[in-house]
Amino acid sequence: MSPEGPVLAVDGLSVRLPGGGDRAHAVEGVSFAVGPGEIVCVVGESGSGKSVTAFSVMGLLPPALKPVAGAIRLEGENVLAASPKRLRDLRGTRMAMVFQEPMTALNPVLKIGDQIDEVLRIHTDLGPADRRAKVLAILGAMRLPDPERIAGSYPHQISGGQRQRIMIAAAMVLDPALLIADEPTTALDVTTQAQILRLIKEMQTRRGTGVLFITHDFGVVAEIADRVVVMQKGHIVEEGRAADVLRRPQHSYTRMLIGAVPSLKPAVTREIKAPVALDAVGIGKTYRSASLFGRAKIVRAAESVDIRIRRGETVGIVGESGSGKTTVARCIARLMPPSEGAILVPDIDIAKLTERRLRPYRRKIQVVFQDPYRSLNPRRTVGASIIEGPMNFGTNHADATARARDLMGLVGLQPDALARYPHQFSGGQRQRVAIARALAMEPEILIADEAVSALDVSVQRQVLALLRDVQERFDLAILFITHDLRVAAQICDRIVVMEKGVVVEQGVTAQVYAAPAHPYTRALIEAAPGRDFGVGEA
Amino acid sequence: MAAYILRRLLATIPVLLIVAVLVFLMLRLTPGDPAAVIAGDNASTEQIDLIRSRLGLDQPILVQFGIWAGHLLGGNFGESFFFKKTVAELILGRIEPTLSLAFVTMVIAVSVAVPLGVLAAYKQGTWIDRMVMGFSVFGFSVPIFVVGYALIYVFAITLGWVPVQGYQSISAGFGGFLQRLILPAVSLSVIYIALIARMTRASVTEVLGEDYVRTARAKGQVERIILFRHALKNAAVPIVTVIGLGIALLLGGVVVTESVFAIPGLGRLTVDAVLARDYPTIQAVILLFSVIYVAINLGIDLAYSLFDPRIRY
Amino acid sequence: MSAEPALLAPVSALAAPDRGRLAKLARNPSILVGGTVLLAMLLIGIFAPFLGTIDPAAINPSTRNKVPGFERTIRADDGTSTTFKHRMGTDSLGRDVYSRTLYGARVSLLIGVSVAAVSIAVGLLLGMIAGYVRPLDGIIMRFMDGLMAIPAILLAIAVVSLFRAGLGAVIVAIIVPEIPRVVRVVRSIVLSVREEPYVEAAIMAGTRVPTLMVRHILPNTVAPLIVQGTFICASAILVEAILSFLGIGIPPEVPTWGNIMAEGRNLFRIYPHNILYPGIFLCVAVLAVNMLGDGLRDTLDPKMGAR
Repeated sequence: MSPEGPVLAVDGLSVRLPGGGDRAHAVEGVSFAVGPGEIVCVVGESGSGKSVTAFSVMGLLPPALKPVAGAIRLEGENVLAASPKRLRDLRGTRMAMVFQEPMTALNPVLKIGDQIDEVLRIHTDLGPADRRAKVLAILGAMRLPDPERIAGSYPHQISGGQRQRIMIAAAMVLDPALLIADEPTTALDVTTQAQILRLIKEMQTRRGTGVLFITHDFGVVAEIADRVVVMQKGHIVEEGRAADVLRRPQHSYTRMLIGAVPSLKPAVTREIKAPVALDAVGIGKTYRSASLFGRAKIVRAAESVDIRIRRGETVGIVGESGSGKTTVARCIARLMPPSEGAILVPDIDIAKLTERRLRPYRRKIQVVFQDPYRSLNPRRTVGASIIEGPMNFGTNHADATARARDLMGLVGLQPDALARYPHQFSGGQRQRVAIARALAMEPEILIADEAVSALDVSVQRQVLALLRDVQERFDLAILFITHDLRVAAQICDRIVVMEKGVVVEQGVTAQVYAAPAHPYTRALIEAAPGRDFGVGEA
Repeated sequence: MAAYILRRLLATIPVLLIVAVLVFLMLRLTPGDPAAVIAGDNASTEQIDLIRSRLGLDQPILVQFGIWAGHLLGGNFGESFFFKKTVAELILGRIEPTLSLAFVTMVIAVSVAVPLGVLAAYKQGTWIDRMVMGFSVFGFSVPIFVVGYALIYVFAITLGWVPVQGYQSISAGFGGFLQRLILPAVSLSVIYIALIARMTRASVTEVLGEDYVRTARAKGQVERIILFRHALKNAAVPIVTVIGLGIALLLGGVVVTESVFAIPGLGRLTVDAVLARDYPTIQAVILLFSVIYVAINLGIDLAYSLFDPRIRY
Repeated sequence: MSAEPALLAPVSALAAPDRGRLAKLARNPSILVGGTVLLAMLLIGIFAPFLGTIDPAAINPSTRNKVPGFERTIRADDGTSTTFKHRMGTDSLGRDVYSRTLYGARVSLLIGVSVAAVSIAVGLLLGMIAGYVRPLDGIIMRFMDGLMAIPAILLAIAVVSLFRAGLGAVIVAIIVPEIPRVVRVVRSIVLSVREEPYVEAAIMAGTRVPTLMVRHILPNTVAPLIVQGTFICASAILVEAILSFLGIGIPPEVPTWGNIMAEGRNLFRIYPHNILYPGIFLCVAVLAVNMLGDGLRDTLDPKMGAR
């Protein structure tokens, strides 16, 4: 192998899908290369075949998927032709992988030190003392505090970001030529994501590792990539230097993807003077776990949160996991009773009403949930789901169905599709159905709880547009819960920033983004990937 | 840790209390005078009167329960009028064969079932897996006494390797003890093996699909070590749990096995007591078995932390 | 707004989610074999009188303890004589084991089905209550824990000992220990399903609790309960045989597999056929039900894993 040759050369790779799918190949005729010290991002939406490509390199494809053509050369050696034994020898030494879910990728019953040590034991003859020294050294290099303590801990005792560092440590401990990172930051909060991206970049620069980085997020691409490979439905549609692809995308799909990334620059902010639709005052939620002995544990999920939404206005709650944003939304929706505070809609307090007294007010507030695959009853037609609410409140079947047909058209679906079951719709279509179901109740307030988070950017954009459209049409007050500052910038008139159960800042969106007052808000905005590159500003 | 153990111990109290209430109510649900029922069919009027006053049967039912529970806590399980002994004596005399049988069965079952289950999970979809799973369904379907008689027919009657029936105490020699216990233990272990092997296969299979197993493969680890180091330890909690819950199956099976193999243990005693309508004995055996069952499962609960560091007390 | 054309393009009318399932059920070998055998057993039980049997309770001192294949000559009043062949021999009271075994299928299947039906009905009700009515959850589940702490066979024995031996008593005795298991399954399903967003959406739509249960939660219990039901059925057939075998079940004159074997115990060394034939029938029947259950579990709910 020549020292100038690529670390990884994928050449005409095709991987066959098992029969019965909508296409014959997961990837087809895929070719690209990763040079030493280069970060290549393979980017695409779900189903593009980007992860299949990554797993093919490691030889870790599920048995149902078979590479049927092409070659994958790691430092000149075709790994597709390698024996299982040879593949095992290469893994961990010449190529290593970091996965998406740091929560599940580490063995919960083994100590962290042992899990890194495992790589050394498999591939080296080092004695225990040498191995221990190497483990501690790599933990130190990952900028983990107190490597000794971390090495002796179990995975559940450290945070998600730390776990991903451990995964990187185990991958890098033998200095592989190629590091494959499969959406390594997707499951992490935005501030943690920024740190992990920095770490990967640092590792790669210092050690000259070639990195194959799989992602769906053009923001991340802008942060980290030297070169970009864009995949769509198993094919490469575009490839080039990161700056070129980001600034001057050639293929229409790439243009669409980049264009769909919401901008961090807030859209035109409206000043809403309409009457108040909902006034939540001092909302708090406390969990108490009673205990026979000792003190009861008290967890404050949310504390004295004030939120006011006017008719026709969108108010966003942004925050990372554990910030309490979803708790607040669920309290306002009365899916759980708040421990304290009042929810005025707008003149009656529904915070403490019993279910029976609450029922008449139920239809005023409706929710669109995050997971489009679980928010519709799989056993009932979408029509039945949409008309359920109106019929509960006395609308007859014919009228409710007629209205459901109108709503289907309104959300961009065929009225005849009412007779279909949820599994016959894509994720984005289901989210449209969920919106139609909420609208069927003729609500005044719509709560969107991470309603676009599970969707690909292109679909995300359509659903956001739909939300704006129905807001105008029905003069809706929208409470929009999200972790994504880009999305929030595009749809919210005002935002509320939450951290650890309390509101740290709230205000008109444009002002908060232009001049964040609280350090946490600033950290959130700064951590948004691709900010310097101006992704989404096209 | 100590606080946790104490808490778990206290948590068993309501369960045992409910068992006690159920067992107590058992007699009150029988038609007729409880005193006469306790005394059995051949009792004299004086005996019945004696029982009535001793158990306070003329008092309110709560008081009766109090008296009865008080007796139990003092180790007084009542008197068997059929066997003409105190129930405590009766049980002490019969407990050794039952414990021996249960213990030997447990050893056989666990040492056979866990490797079988791991093997089936590892060789999933192959004929080995199908054999193990087939045996498991079979094990659930064959009653203990049919297995027992089949084994007796082959090994005792046709081949003459072991005695047909009977029991010999371990104090009278280990060889004879084991020779007589092996067939009953094997028959009793069949359903237990089926249960444990199935759960082992299921939980190892599940663990083998976990992300950290993929991580281990990505490190270049060989399958054998993945199986034992990564998979089995993670699969241990459900396996151990089912071993504990299976004790109920085992204790129930003892009743049948002892009858087939003429082993003079608690199981035989139970059947004899039911046939003789000797309620104090039935009550005591049920209570005893339930306490054993609850105690073993408590022990297993406490042992979870050995397998899984996430479980902290 | 304008939707992209893909959304308005007609999707071929796919079937409801349940329709493909039936075909899938019929393709599963376990279901096929188990179901066929079970059906055969059922037919044997129903048509026992027409399968060359005689009165299963008829005692005949002259034909005691005959080996399988023994032929008995029956003289009719008009002087003609016919021979009756005891295909499976006779027991120590001279009863025909073949007839008794065939009739035994009736009792076993009756018990299996009725125990499964009743314990699922009761368990379903209690489980739904425990899963949805918070204050009652603790009470119901502690009571169930108590019942579960008594080994099933012992509990059944205890219940039988309370009543005069009979079919009803045996059925009740087998039902009682099965109920807690059903309650647990149902309760855990209710607890997990009520967290599903589509249930929360129904709550937001103002659906009242009884409707919510029937419409959105109950359907999730159907598949697991069908599977559970077959396993209960298998276990009930076994427990009945055990109780009868121990002599504390159904009265000995009633032909059940357990009773035939109990009767054959004493002379087992000389005449093993009294245990062999009913034993085979019992095993085959229970095996068939268990296979059916396994197949149903794999088809209806691949995630359910081992019981």
